[in-house]
Amino acid sequence: MDRDEEVLEAPYRLEYTYQRSTGPVIGRFLGALRDARLEGVRTASGSVMVPPLEYDADGAATGEPTVVGPGGVVTTWAWVTEPRREHPLPHPFAWALVRLDGADSAMLHAVDAGSIDAMRTGMRVVPRWQDERTGSIRDLACFVPESAAAAAAAAAAAAAASAAAAGDDRPPVTMFPSPVALDYTVTAGRHLSAYLRALAERRIVGGRCPVCTKVYLPPRGACPTCGVPADAPVEVADHGVVTTFCIIRIPFDAAPFPPPYASVAVLLEGADMPIFHLLRGIPPEEVRMGMRVRAVWVADDQLGPTLASIRWFEPTGEPDAPHDQIARHL
Amino acid sequence: MSASRARRRDVAIVSFAQLPPVRRDTARDETELVQPVVTAALRQAGLTRQDIGFTVSGSCDYLIGRPFSFVTALDGVAPWPPIAESHVEMDGAWALYEAWVRLQQGDVDTALIYAYGKSSLGDLPAVLTMQLDPYYLAPLGIDAVSLAALQARALLDSGRATERDLAVVAAARRGGAVAELLATPYLVAPLRRHDCPPISDGACAVVLAAGDAARRHARPAWIRGIDHRVEPHQLGSRDLTRSTSTAIAAEHAGVATIGPIDVAELHAPFSHQELILRDALGLGAEVAVNPSGGALVANPMMVAGLTRLGEAAARIHDGRARNAVAHATSGPCLQQNLVCVLSSEVAS
Ligand SMILES: [Zn+2]
Repeated sequence: MDRDEEVLEAPYRLEYTYQRSTGPVIGRFLGALRDARLEGVRTASGSVMVPPLEYDADGAATGEPTVVGPGGVVTTWAWVTEPRREHPLPHPFAWALVRLDGADSAMLHAVDAGSIDAMRTGMRVVPRWQDERTGSIRDLACFVPESAAAAAAAAAAAAAASAAAAGDDRPPVTMFPSPVALDYTVTAGRHLSAYLRALAERRIVGGRCPVCTKVYLPPRGACPTCGVPADAPVEVADHGVVTTFCIIRIPFDAAPFPPPYASVAVLLEGADMPIFHLLRGIPPEEVRMGMRVRAVWVADDQLGPTLASIRWFEPTGEPDAPHDQIARHL
Repeated sequence: MSASRARRRDVAIVSFAQLPPVRRDTARDETELVQPVVTAALRQAGLTRQDIGFTVSGSCDYLIGRPFSFVTALDGVAPWPPIAESHVEMDGAWALYEAWVRLQQGDVDTALIYAYGKSSLGDLPAVLTMQLDPYYLAPLGIDAVSLAALQARALLDSGRATERDLAVVAAARRGGAVAELLATPYLVAPLRRHDCPPISDGACAVVLAAGDAARRHARPAWIRGIDHRVEPHQLGSRDLTRSTSTAIAAEHAGVATIGPIDVAELHAPFSHQELILRDALGLGAEVAVNPSGGALVANPMMVAGLTRLGEAAARIHDGRARNAVAHATSGPCLQQNLVCVLSSEVAS
């Protein structure tokens, strides 16, 4: 199925601002990268693992660090014609597994070779370092094909770093930023889209389960009791009864009003599931279960396919509903 | 080992249903992907939701970008009154493995397994990068196609395959003339577009039954062996040209001892991986591989592996095959592999 005119969609970004702790083995390796130096670790069986891990594949703890490289050999490679935004180089480059001199395992990084014709398995490469290094795998900008000039540049960078490190009192690398940002285009699906579009017309549309006849708000792809779509459209009133509520007394970034204010579950007339919204027009301490309320809609020019088309609910002033009426909806 | 094997309950795949995978399914949310396949699989098995002893699903919330998406999807199996339920953040093939283990306990006789994946909402390469080592790989932003290309190059360098061999696999699964495929440009060299899977949305469901509950069916696909193995995550420590984990899982699942194999459904998202897997499973030229088209034709994430088990079982259900091998993979460059041997005969 291609784009569906009936279905609403919107951009959405999922972001986490994680920091990662490194532990001593990875932290030491990243600290060495900060000093423009490549280090492996000796395993119990005597081989040298690069990049180092805390344990080898046999489950034995790894031991002492050992300097490797700086040069190495490409054991396999792949050529990227169109780099992605998050790749290490903005122009065509190779990914490669590189077995550094003195190492028994290979590490993955980019090779800035200029052209696919310059790449072959078994070729020698040397590191190119970032000028600013922070303790990250990206302190190693990439590898480049080994040449006299490239080797000299790598040696000079390492010498400069080692001189700088001599009088260095920077703390060891123990943490590094590891943010996550993923972009999506979320789609509402056909049922939710119909519900949201009705809100833009000051209408509230639920979905009836054909088996148990319960009216869900919004309509759902499946009644959780009957396992069939609950999507026969049912127009629901914009007034109803408070089934339960809470009073928010603590301010937070996304709070719609300064506290205190009431958040309520409202069972709209004609629906079997309450919706959650805000209640205004009454002091918070007077909010009650069973209170009759009605929707306060935004102005016509602010209506949209969102529950925010209802600003909040307010009391109607009618006598409260008896508890029996809400008991099975709590 | 053999003593405990003798005590195992006989368990069979008794039904399989899937949505036709599509590039982008905007109309259905996760509940709506799950509900039709679960309903169809139960109907095919002649069971109702109340008959099912254990329910387990496979999916990944990052695909859809919604935390606890698998809980929302549960509405599709009618979980009220509350059911015995579990979930793996993996391909549904591993959910089936959990259900098989659960049925070995002997107190329940049926299990429902489903999987759904909706990759079209996000940037799949960026999502898949998140499954990598967060210290050494994820910060480089290396994507799944690039990782597979490193493996393909290693296979070509080993002399056990050529770019033409890759194109032959692609042509067999998705059509096209080999010479024309080889004339197309590289996507990430040495892989061309036809060597790589499409991005797909989809869902599927399987019902397992044990003992007499399975014998009620005309042609149950008996699970004669099932096993899964994982390799180290550090790529530079692995021999990318061999799938050692598949070979060990195959040995434990009994691929070599089942007798003539009619069909193999291999979860090989990239063309060269089919060659590595055939080798690891020891499949001869007489075995029909991926008559369904496999993951080169449709690759809904978290679904494509369980689909291989379902497709292989369906060939036994309809009498086209007597013995079948199904395989599922997870992680970069065939890191983790599951092998299942299915037969129309409950025991030899
Ligand atoms: Zn119902």
